[in-house]
Amino acid sequence: MAVTFLDRAHTVAPANWSRWLIPPAALSVHLAIGQAYAWSVFKPPLEKALGLSGTLSALPFQLGIVMLGLSAAFGGTLVERNGPRWAMFVSMTCFSSGFLISALGAYTSQYWLVILGYGLIGGIGLGIGYISPVSTLIKWFPDRPGMATGLAIMGFGGGALIASPWSSEMLQAFGSTPSGIGTSLLIHGLAYAVFMSLGVFLIRVPAEDWRPKGWTPPKDNGNKMMTTANVSAASAIRTPQFWCLWVVLCFNVTAGIGILEKASPMITDFFRETSTPVGAAAAAGFVALLSLTNMLGRFVWSSTSDIIGRKNIYRGYLGIGALLYLTIALTGNSSKVVFILCAMVILSFYGAGFATIPAYLKDLFGTYQVGAIHGRLLTAWSVAGVLGPLIVNAIADSQKRAGKVGPDLYTTSFYIMIALLVVGFIANELVRPVHEKYHEPAVPETGVREAK
Amino acid sequence: MNEGRRTWLVTLAWLWVGLPFAYGVYELIQKVVQLFGG
Repeated sequence: MAVTFLDRAHTVAPANWSRWLIPPAALSVHLAIGQAYAWSVFKPPLEKALGLSGTLSALPFQLGIVMLGLSAAFGGTLVERNGPRWAMFVSMTCFSSGFLISALGAYTSQYWLVILGYGLIGGIGLGIGYISPVSTLIKWFPDRPGMATGLAIMGFGGGALIASPWSSEMLQAFGSTPSGIGTSLLIHGLAYAVFMSLGVFLIRVPAEDWRPKGWTPPKDNGNKMMTTANVSAASAIRTPQFWCLWVVLCFNVTAGIGILEKASPMITDFFRETSTPVGAAAAAGFVALLSLTNMLGRFVWSSTSDIIGRKNIYRGYLGIGALLYLTIALTGNSSKVVFILCAMVILSFYGAGFATIPAYLKDLFGTYQVGAIHGRLLTAWSVAGVLGPLIVNAIADSQKRAGKVGPDLYTTSFYIMIALLVVGFIANELVRPVHEKYHEPAVPETGVREAK
Repeated sequence: MNEGRRTWLVTLAWLWVGLPFAYGVYELIQKVVQLFGG
Protein backbone atom coordinates (compact mmCIF):
# COMPACT_ATOMS: atom_id res chain seq x y z
CA MET A 1 0.00 0.00 0.00
CA ALA A 2 1.30 3.43 -0.84
CA VAL A 3 2.59 5.44 2.06
CA THR A 4 0.35 8.44 2.56
CA PHE A 5 0.65 11.55 4.68
CA LEU A 6 -1.65 10.07 7.33
CA ASP A 7 0.04 6.68 7.67
CA ARG A 8 1.91 5.76 10.81
CA ALA A 9 4.99 4.94 8.73
CA HIS A 10 4.98 8.50 7.41
CA THR A 11 4.89 10.02 10.88
CA VAL A 12 8.12 8.59 12.29
CA ALA A 13 10.11 11.55 13.60
CA PRO A 14 13.51 12.47 12.20
CA ALA A 15 16.42 12.18 14.63
CA ASN A 16 16.43 15.85 15.65
CA TRP A 17 12.67 16.23 16.14
CA SER A 18 11.91 17.94 19.47
CA ARG A 19 9.64 15.96 21.76
CA TRP A 20 8.34 19.30 23.09
CA LEU A 21 6.37 19.64 19.84
CA ILE A 22 4.20 16.68 20.81
CA PRO A 23 2.34 18.20 23.82
CA PRO A 24 1.13 21.23 21.79
CA ALA A 25 0.06 18.84 19.02
CA ALA A 26 -1.95 16.88 21.58
CA LEU A 27 -3.28 20.07 23.19
CA SER A 28 -4.53 21.41 19.86
CA VAL A 29 -6.86 18.43 19.71
CA HIS A 30 -7.82 18.24 23.39
CA LEU A 31 -8.40 21.99 23.78
CA ALA A 32 -10.73 21.81 20.77
CA ILE A 33 -12.77 18.74 21.71
CA GLY A 34 -13.03 19.98 25.31
CA GLN A 35 -15.56 22.42 23.85
CA ALA A 36 -18.12 19.68 24.47
CA TYR A 37 -18.43 20.76 28.11
CA ALA A 38 -19.44 24.25 26.97
CA TRP A 39 -22.46 22.97 24.98
CA SER A 40 -24.73 24.51 27.63
CA VAL A 41 -23.96 27.93 26.10
CA PHE A 42 -25.95 26.90 23.00
CA LYS A 43 -28.88 25.48 24.95
CA PRO A 44 -30.91 28.63 25.81
CA PRO A 45 -30.59 30.17 22.31
CA LEU A 46 -31.58 26.87 20.67
CA GLU A 47 -34.53 26.44 23.03
CA LYS A 48 -35.70 29.95 22.22
CA ALA A 49 -35.08 29.86 18.49
CA LEU A 50 -36.42 26.36 17.77
CA GLY A 51 -38.93 26.06 20.62
CA LEU A 52 -37.17 23.12 22.33
CA SER A 53 -37.46 21.79 25.86
CA GLY A 54 -34.41 21.66 28.15
CA THR A 55 -34.26 17.88 27.79
CA LEU A 56 -34.28 18.08 24.01
CA SER A 57 -31.63 20.79 23.85
CA ALA A 58 -29.31 18.60 25.96
CA LEU A 59 -29.56 15.71 23.46
CA PRO A 60 -26.63 16.69 21.18
CA PHE A 61 -24.31 16.83 24.22
CA GLN A 62 -25.59 13.58 25.71
CA LEU A 63 -25.29 11.73 22.42
CA GLY A 64 -21.83 13.25 21.96
CA ILE A 65 -20.66 11.84 25.31
CA VAL A 66 -22.15 8.42 24.55
CA MET A 67 -20.38 8.44 21.17
CA LEU A 68 -17.17 9.54 22.90
CA GLY A 69 -17.25 6.42 25.08
CA LEU A 70 -18.23 4.10 22.23
CA SER A 71 -15.74 5.39 19.67
CA ALA A 72 -12.91 5.43 22.22
CA ALA A 73 -13.76 1.85 23.22
CA PHE A 74 -14.25 0.44 19.73
CA GLY A 75 -11.88 2.70 17.78
CA GLY A 76 -8.87 2.29 20.05
CA THR A 77 -7.28 -0.62 18.18
CA LEU A 78 -7.78 1.24 14.89
CA VAL A 79 -6.07 4.30 16.36
CA GLU A 80 -3.11 2.16 17.47
CA ARG A 81 -2.86 0.51 14.06
CA ASN A 82 -3.19 3.63 11.89
CA GLY A 83 -1.23 5.99 14.10
CA PRO A 84 -1.86 9.33 15.81
CA ARG A 85 -1.90 11.51 12.68
CA TRP A 86 -4.67 9.46 11.12
CA ALA A 87 -6.57 9.57 14.41
CA MET A 88 -6.18 13.34 14.75
CA PHE A 89 -7.27 13.84 11.15
CA VAL A 90 -10.38 11.70 11.70
CA SER A 91 -11.10 13.58 14.92
CA MET A 92 -10.67 16.96 13.22
CA THR A 93 -12.88 15.94 10.28
CA CYS A 94 -15.67 14.51 12.43
CA PHE A 95 -15.61 17.26 15.05
CA SER A 96 -15.57 20.10 12.52
CA SER A 97 -18.07 18.60 10.11
CA GLY A 98 -20.31 17.95 13.11
CA PHE A 99 -20.44 21.72 13.64
CA LEU A 100 -21.03 22.35 9.93
CA ILE A 101 -23.95 19.90 9.79
CA SER A 102 -25.34 21.47 12.97
CA ALA A 103 -25.04 24.89 11.36
CA LEU A 104 -27.12 23.63 8.44
CA GLY A 105 -29.63 22.28 10.96
CA ALA A 106 -29.87 25.66 12.69
CA TYR A 107 -30.18 27.62 9.42
CA THR A 108 -33.00 25.36 8.22
CA SER A 109 -34.57 24.89 11.69
CA GLN A 110 -34.10 21.12 11.32
CA TYR A 111 -33.06 20.19 14.85
CA TRP A 112 -32.44 16.55 13.97
CA LEU A 113 -29.46 17.74 11.90
CA VAL A 114 -27.99 19.40 15.01
CA ILE A 115 -28.33 16.12 16.91
CA LEU A 116 -26.86 14.12 14.03
CA GLY A 117 -24.03 16.58 13.42
CA TYR A 118 -22.88 17.63 16.87
CA GLY A 119 -23.95 14.50 18.75
CA LEU A 120 -23.35 11.55 16.44
CA ILE A 121 -20.62 12.68 14.04
CA GLY A 122 -18.98 15.20 16.37
CA GLY A 123 -19.10 12.60 19.16
CA ILE A 124 -16.96 10.22 17.09
CA GLY A 125 -14.47 13.09 16.80
CA LEU A 126 -14.51 13.44 20.59
CA GLY A 127 -13.72 9.78 21.27
CA ILE A 128 -11.04 9.33 18.61
CA GLY A 129 -9.51 12.71 19.48
CA TYR A 130 -9.46 11.97 23.20
CA ILE A 131 -7.34 8.82 22.81
CA SER A 132 -5.37 9.93 19.73
CA PRO A 133 -2.26 11.37 21.43
CA VAL A 134 -2.11 9.18 24.54
CA SER A 135 0.20 6.35 23.52
CA THR A 136 2.34 8.72 21.43
CA LEU A 137 2.89 11.02 24.42
CA ILE A 138 3.82 8.08 26.62
CA LYS A 139 6.37 6.91 24.04
CA TRP A 140 7.93 10.39 23.78
CA PHE A 141 8.00 10.86 27.55
CA PRO A 142 8.87 7.45 29.01
CA ASP A 143 10.62 9.31 31.84
CA ARG A 144 7.53 11.44 32.67
CA PRO A 145 4.41 9.73 31.31
CA GLY A 146 2.13 11.15 34.02
CA MET A 147 3.15 14.71 33.25
CA ALA A 148 2.78 14.22 29.49
CA THR A 149 -0.70 12.70 29.57
CA GLY A 150 -1.71 15.07 32.38
CA LEU A 151 -0.88 18.01 30.16
CA ALA A 152 -2.99 16.73 27.26
CA ILE A 153 -5.94 15.70 29.39
CA MET A 154 -5.76 19.05 31.18
CA GLY A 155 -6.43 20.45 27.71
CA PHE A 156 -9.76 18.62 27.61
CA GLY A 157 -10.71 20.41 30.83
CA GLY A 158 -9.40 23.69 29.47
CA GLY A 159 -11.37 23.44 26.22
CA ALA A 160 -14.58 24.54 27.89
CA LEU A 161 -12.82 27.50 29.50
CA ILE A 162 -11.98 28.81 26.05
CA ALA A 163 -15.22 27.85 24.33
CA SER A 164 -17.60 29.11 26.99
CA PRO A 165 -16.78 32.86 26.78
CA TRP A 166 -15.90 32.64 23.08
CA SER A 167 -19.20 30.98 22.09
CA SER A 168 -21.17 33.38 24.31
CA GLU A 169 -19.59 36.40 22.66
CA MET A 170 -20.24 34.97 19.22
CA LEU A 171 -23.90 34.28 19.98
CA GLN A 172 -24.24 37.82 21.27
CA ALA A 173 -22.67 39.18 18.10
CA PHE A 174 -24.76 37.11 15.63
CA GLY A 175 -27.92 36.88 17.70
CA SER A 176 -29.94 33.96 19.01
CA THR A 177 -32.04 33.54 15.88
CA PRO A 178 -31.77 30.30 13.84
CA SER A 179 -29.47 32.03 11.35
CA GLY A 180 -27.40 33.65 14.14
CA ILE A 181 -26.90 30.28 15.83
CA GLY A 182 -26.14 28.73 12.43
CA THR A 183 -23.44 31.31 11.73
CA SER A 184 -21.91 30.76 15.18
CA LEU A 185 -21.82 26.99 14.63
CA LEU A 186 -20.36 27.46 11.16
CA ILE A 187 -17.53 29.63 12.51
CA HIS A 188 -16.90 27.10 15.29
CA GLY A 189 -16.53 24.33 12.72
CA LEU A 190 -14.11 26.27 10.56
CA ALA A 191 -12.06 27.66 13.46
CA TYR A 192 -11.69 24.26 15.14
CA ALA A 193 -10.61 22.69 11.83
CA VAL A 194 -7.80 25.25 11.53
CA PHE A 195 -6.86 24.98 15.21
CA MET A 196 -6.73 21.16 15.21
CA SER A 197 -4.72 21.02 12.00
CA LEU A 198 -1.63 21.95 14.02
CA GLY A 199 -1.86 18.58 15.74
CA VAL A 200 -2.27 16.74 12.42
CA PHE A 201 0.84 18.39 11.00
CA LEU A 202 3.06 18.28 14.08
CA ILE A 203 2.35 14.86 15.54
CA ARG A 204 5.17 12.35 15.13
CA VAL A 205 5.89 8.94 16.59
CA PRO A 206 9.43 8.39 17.88
CA ALA A 207 11.75 6.04 16.02
CA GLU A 208 11.95 2.59 17.62
CA ASP A 209 15.42 3.11 19.02
CA TRP A 210 14.75 6.68 20.21
CA ARG A 211 15.28 7.47 23.90
CA PRO A 212 15.26 10.82 25.75
CA LYS A 213 18.76 12.24 26.07
CA GLY A 214 20.53 10.82 29.13
CA TRP A 215 17.72 8.39 29.93
CA THR A 216 17.98 4.63 29.80
CA PRO A 217 15.02 2.31 30.21
CA PRO A 218 15.05 0.90 33.76
CA LYS A 219 15.87 -2.82 33.64
CA ASP A 220 14.77 -3.45 37.21
CA ASN A 221 14.09 -0.34 39.23
CA GLY A 222 12.61 -2.27 42.13
CA ASN A 223 9.12 -1.14 41.19
CA LYS A 224 7.33 -4.30 40.18
CA MET A 225 4.23 -2.29 39.20
CA MET A 226 6.14 -0.97 36.18
CA THR A 227 6.40 -3.58 33.49
CA THR A 228 8.84 -3.68 30.62
CA ALA A 229 6.60 -6.23 28.86
CA ASN A 230 3.63 -5.50 26.58
CA VAL A 231 0.02 -6.65 26.72
CA SER A 232 -2.40 -6.31 23.79
CA ALA A 233 -5.77 -4.63 24.22
CA ALA A 234 -7.58 -7.92 23.63
CA SER A 235 -5.55 -9.61 26.38
CA ALA A 236 -5.73 -6.64 28.75
CA ILE A 237 -9.51 -6.82 29.12
CA ARG A 238 -9.13 -10.43 30.30
CA THR A 239 -6.90 -9.41 33.21
CA PRO A 240 -8.23 -8.62 36.71
CA GLN A 241 -6.00 -5.52 36.69
CA PHE A 242 -8.02 -3.95 33.88
CA TRP A 243 -11.28 -4.42 35.78
CA CYS A 244 -9.77 -3.19 39.05
CA LEU A 245 -8.74 0.01 37.26
CA TRP A 246 -12.17 0.17 35.63
CA VAL A 247 -13.74 0.21 39.12
CA VAL A 248 -11.15 2.74 40.33
CA LEU A 249 -11.88 5.13 37.45
CA CYS A 250 -15.63 4.63 37.52
CA PHE A 251 -16.01 5.35 41.25
CA ASN A 252 -13.49 8.18 41.32
CA VAL A 253 -15.37 9.86 38.47
CA THR A 254 -18.77 9.11 40.05
CA ALA A 255 -17.67 10.82 43.26
CA GLY A 256 -16.43 13.92 41.45
CA ILE A 257 -19.22 14.24 38.93
CA GLY A 258 -21.77 14.07 41.76
CA ILE A 259 -20.54 17.46 42.97
CA LEU A 260 -19.61 18.89 39.58
CA GLU A 261 -22.96 18.30 37.95
CA LYS A 262 -24.93 19.93 40.78
CA ALA A 263 -22.36 22.37 42.17
CA SER A 264 -24.37 25.54 41.78
CA PRO A 265 -27.68 24.42 43.39
CA MET A 266 -25.71 22.38 45.94
CA ILE A 267 -23.82 25.31 47.48
CA THR A 268 -26.99 27.44 47.40
CA ASP A 269 -29.06 24.74 49.14
CA PHE A 270 -26.29 23.98 51.65
CA PHE A 271 -26.09 27.50 53.07
CA ARG A 272 -29.69 28.63 52.48
CA GLU A 273 -30.62 28.48 56.16
CA THR A 274 -27.45 30.18 57.42
CA SER A 275 -26.75 33.85 58.17
CA THR A 276 -24.60 34.05 55.01
CA PRO A 277 -26.58 32.44 52.17
CA VAL A 278 -24.94 31.98 48.80
CA GLY A 279 -26.47 33.95 45.93
CA ALA A 280 -26.69 32.83 42.31
CA ALA A 281 -23.68 34.94 41.31
CA ALA A 282 -21.42 33.53 44.04
CA ALA A 283 -22.63 30.02 43.17
CA ALA A 284 -21.51 30.60 39.58
CA GLY A 285 -18.12 31.68 40.97
CA PHE A 286 -17.97 28.43 42.92
CA VAL A 287 -18.60 26.47 39.71
CA ALA A 288 -15.82 28.40 37.96
CA LEU A 289 -13.46 27.67 40.85
CA LEU A 290 -14.24 23.95 40.61
CA SER A 291 -13.52 24.03 36.87
CA LEU A 292 -10.14 25.56 37.62
CA THR A 293 -9.16 22.94 40.22
CA ASN A 294 -10.54 20.15 38.03
CA MET A 295 -8.19 21.35 35.29
CA LEU A 296 -5.13 22.05 37.43
CA GLY A 297 -5.46 18.72 39.25
CA ARG A 298 -5.04 16.95 35.93
CA PHE A 299 -1.58 18.35 35.46
CA VAL A 300 -0.32 18.75 39.04
CA TRP A 301 -1.38 15.39 40.51
CA SER A 302 -0.64 13.42 37.36
CA SER A 303 2.89 14.89 37.28
CA THR A 304 3.27 14.04 40.97
CA SER A 305 2.43 10.42 40.14
CA ASP A 306 5.69 10.22 38.16
CA ILE A 307 7.51 10.74 41.47
CA ILE A 308 5.44 8.86 44.04
CA GLY A 309 4.00 6.14 41.80
CA ARG A 310 0.60 5.49 40.32
CA LYS A 311 -0.76 3.20 43.05
CA ASN A 312 0.14 5.68 45.77
CA ILE A 313 -1.41 8.65 44.00
CA TYR A 314 -4.69 6.75 43.57
CA ARG A 315 -4.58 5.89 47.26
CA GLY A 316 -4.64 9.65 47.75
CA TYR A 317 -7.41 10.37 45.24
CA LEU A 318 -9.66 7.70 46.72
CA GLY A 319 -8.63 7.66 50.39
CA ILE A 320 -8.24 11.41 50.94
CA GLY A 321 -11.26 11.95 48.69
CA ALA A 322 -13.38 9.79 51.01
CA LEU A 323 -12.10 11.70 54.06
CA LEU A 324 -12.94 15.03 52.41
CA TYR A 325 -16.48 13.85 51.69
CA LEU A 326 -16.72 12.74 55.32
CA THR A 327 -15.55 16.19 56.44
CA ILE A 328 -18.27 17.88 54.38
CA ALA A 329 -20.89 15.46 55.67
CA LEU A 330 -19.87 16.01 59.31
CA THR A 331 -19.33 19.78 59.24
CA GLY A 332 -22.54 20.42 57.26
CA ASN A 333 -23.18 24.14 56.80
CA SER A 334 -21.06 25.26 59.77
CA SER A 335 -18.17 26.48 57.59
CA LYS A 336 -18.32 27.76 54.05
CA VAL A 337 -14.53 27.77 53.77
CA VAL A 338 -14.28 24.09 54.73
CA PHE A 339 -17.02 23.18 52.23
CA ILE A 340 -15.41 25.10 49.36
CA LEU A 341 -11.88 23.87 50.08
CA CYS A 342 -12.98 20.23 50.35
CA ALA A 343 -14.99 20.48 47.11
CA MET A 344 -12.01 22.06 45.33
CA VAL A 345 -9.65 19.26 46.36
CA ILE A 346 -12.24 16.56 45.51
CA LEU A 347 -12.60 18.08 42.03
CA SER A 348 -8.83 18.24 41.59
CA PHE A 349 -8.77 14.47 42.33
CA TYR A 350 -11.63 13.93 39.88
CA GLY A 351 -9.67 15.53 37.04
CA ALA A 352 -6.45 13.85 38.12
CA GLY A 353 -8.13 10.45 38.03
CA PHE A 354 -8.67 10.89 34.29
CA ALA A 355 -5.19 12.25 33.66
CA THR A 356 -3.20 9.64 35.58
CA ILE A 357 -4.97 6.54 34.27
CA PRO A 358 -3.07 6.34 30.93
CA ALA A 359 0.25 6.28 32.80
CA TYR A 360 -1.12 3.62 35.20
CA LEU A 361 -2.13 1.52 32.17
CA LYS A 362 1.29 2.00 30.65
CA ASP A 363 2.92 0.83 33.89
CA LEU A 364 0.83 -2.34 33.94
CA PHE A 365 0.37 -3.18 30.25
CA GLY A 366 3.32 -1.49 28.51
CA THR A 367 3.17 0.93 25.61
CA TYR A 368 2.25 -1.56 22.86
CA GLN A 369 -1.52 -0.85 22.71
CA VAL A 370 -1.96 1.49 25.66
CA GLY A 371 -4.17 3.84 23.62
CA ALA A 372 -6.59 1.06 22.74
CA ILE A 373 -6.65 -0.20 26.35
CA HIS A 374 -7.29 3.36 27.52
CA GLY A 375 -10.18 3.63 25.06
CA ARG A 376 -11.80 0.48 26.46
CA LEU A 377 -11.35 1.74 30.02
CA LEU A 378 -13.20 4.95 29.20
CA THR A 379 -16.47 2.99 29.25
CA ALA A 380 -16.11 3.48 33.03
CA TRP A 381 -16.54 7.21 32.38
CA SER A 382 -19.80 6.62 30.50
CA VAL A 383 -21.18 4.56 33.40
CA ALA A 384 -20.02 7.15 35.97
CA GLY A 385 -21.55 9.94 33.91
CA VAL A 386 -24.95 8.34 34.47
CA LEU A 387 -24.34 7.03 38.00
CA GLY A 388 -23.02 10.20 39.69
CA PRO A 389 -25.77 12.64 38.71
CA LEU A 390 -28.41 9.92 39.19
CA ILE A 391 -27.40 9.31 42.82
CA VAL A 392 -27.16 12.98 43.79
CA ASN A 393 -30.30 14.15 41.94
CA ALA A 394 -32.52 11.22 42.97
CA ILE A 395 -31.60 11.56 46.65
CA ALA A 396 -31.90 15.36 46.69
CA ASP A 397 -35.35 15.13 45.05
CA SER A 398 -36.57 12.50 47.48
CA GLN A 399 -35.26 14.48 50.48
CA LYS A 400 -37.00 17.59 49.17
CA ARG A 401 -40.25 15.67 48.90
CA ALA A 402 -39.74 14.61 52.53
CA GLY A 403 -39.55 18.31 53.47
CA LYS A 404 -35.86 18.43 54.23
CA VAL A 405 -33.64 21.43 53.49
CA GLY A 406 -29.97 22.46 53.65
CA PRO A 407 -27.19 19.85 53.94
CA ASP A 408 -29.78 17.13 54.63
CA LEU A 409 -30.56 17.11 50.92
CA TYR A 410 -27.08 15.83 50.15
CA THR A 411 -25.68 14.05 53.24
CA THR A 412 -26.93 10.60 52.16
CA SER A 413 -25.36 11.09 48.72
CA PHE A 414 -22.07 11.98 50.35
CA TYR A 415 -22.08 8.79 52.41
CA ILE A 416 -22.78 6.80 49.24
CA MET A 417 -19.83 8.58 47.56
CA ILE A 418 -17.64 7.66 50.54
CA ALA A 419 -18.66 4.01 50.17
CA LEU A 420 -17.91 4.08 46.43
CA LEU A 421 -14.51 5.67 47.06
CA VAL A 422 -13.72 2.99 49.65
CA VAL A 423 -14.62 0.28 47.11
CA GLY A 424 -12.37 2.07 44.60
CA PHE A 425 -9.60 2.21 47.20
CA ILE A 426 -9.86 -1.55 47.74
CA ALA A 427 -9.85 -2.16 43.97
CA ASN A 428 -6.67 -0.10 43.72
CA GLU A 429 -5.10 -2.16 46.52
CA LEU A 430 -5.89 -5.31 44.56
CA VAL A 431 -3.88 -4.14 41.54
CA ARG A 432 -0.83 -6.37 41.11
CA PRO A 433 1.64 -6.76 38.23
CA VAL A 434 0.06 -8.48 35.22
CA HIS A 435 0.74 -12.21 34.97
CA GLU A 436 3.26 -13.02 32.29
CA LYS A 437 0.83 -15.36 30.51
CA TYR A 438 -0.80 -12.18 29.16
CA HIS A 439 2.48 -10.72 27.88
CA GLU A 440 3.09 -10.41 24.16
CA PRO A 441 6.21 -12.00 22.73
CA ALA A 442 8.87 -9.29 22.17
CA VAL A 443 7.46 -6.92 19.55
CA PRO A 444 8.63 -3.66 18.06
CA GLU A 445 6.77 -0.82 19.75
CA THR A 446 5.05 0.40 16.66
CA GLY A 447 1.64 -0.90 17.56
CA VAL A 448 1.18 -2.03 13.95
CA ARG A 449 0.93 -5.67 14.82
CA GLU A 450 -2.52 -7.09 14.98
CA ALA A 451 -3.93 -7.63 18.44
CA LYS A 452 -4.38 -11.23 19.41
CA MET B 1 15.76 20.61 10.88
CA ASN B 2 18.34 23.04 12.22
CA GLU B 3 18.41 24.32 15.82
CA GLY B 4 17.04 27.79 14.99
CA ARG B 5 14.10 26.48 12.98
CA ARG B 6 13.29 23.94 15.65
CA THR B 7 13.23 26.58 18.41
CA TRP B 8 11.00 28.76 16.24
CA LEU B 9 8.60 25.88 15.58
CA VAL B 10 8.42 24.89 19.27
CA THR B 11 7.69 28.51 20.27
CA LEU B 12 5.02 28.89 17.60
CA ALA B 13 3.36 25.59 18.54
CA TRP B 14 3.19 26.51 22.23
CA LEU B 15 1.83 29.98 21.41
CA TRP B 16 -0.80 28.39 19.16
CA VAL B 17 -2.27 26.49 22.11
CA GLY B 18 -1.06 28.77 24.91
CA LEU B 19 -2.77 31.98 23.80
CA PRO B 20 -6.33 30.59 23.60
CA PHE B 21 -5.73 28.76 26.86
CA ALA B 22 -4.52 31.96 28.54
CA TYR B 23 -7.66 33.71 27.25
CA GLY B 24 -9.83 31.00 28.83
CA VAL B 25 -8.01 31.14 32.16
CA TYR B 26 -8.17 34.96 32.14
CA GLU B 27 -11.94 34.91 31.57
CA LEU B 28 -12.35 32.36 34.34
CA ILE B 29 -10.30 34.33 36.85
CA GLN B 30 -12.25 37.48 35.96
CA LYS B 31 -15.45 35.60 36.75
CA VAL B 32 -14.17 34.31 40.09
CA VAL B 33 -12.86 37.73 41.12
CA GLN B 34 -16.06 39.51 40.05
CA LEU B 35 -18.35 37.05 41.74
CA PHE B 36 -16.54 36.64 45.02
CA GLY B 37 -14.76 39.96 45.30
CA GLY B 38 -17.01 42.31 43.35
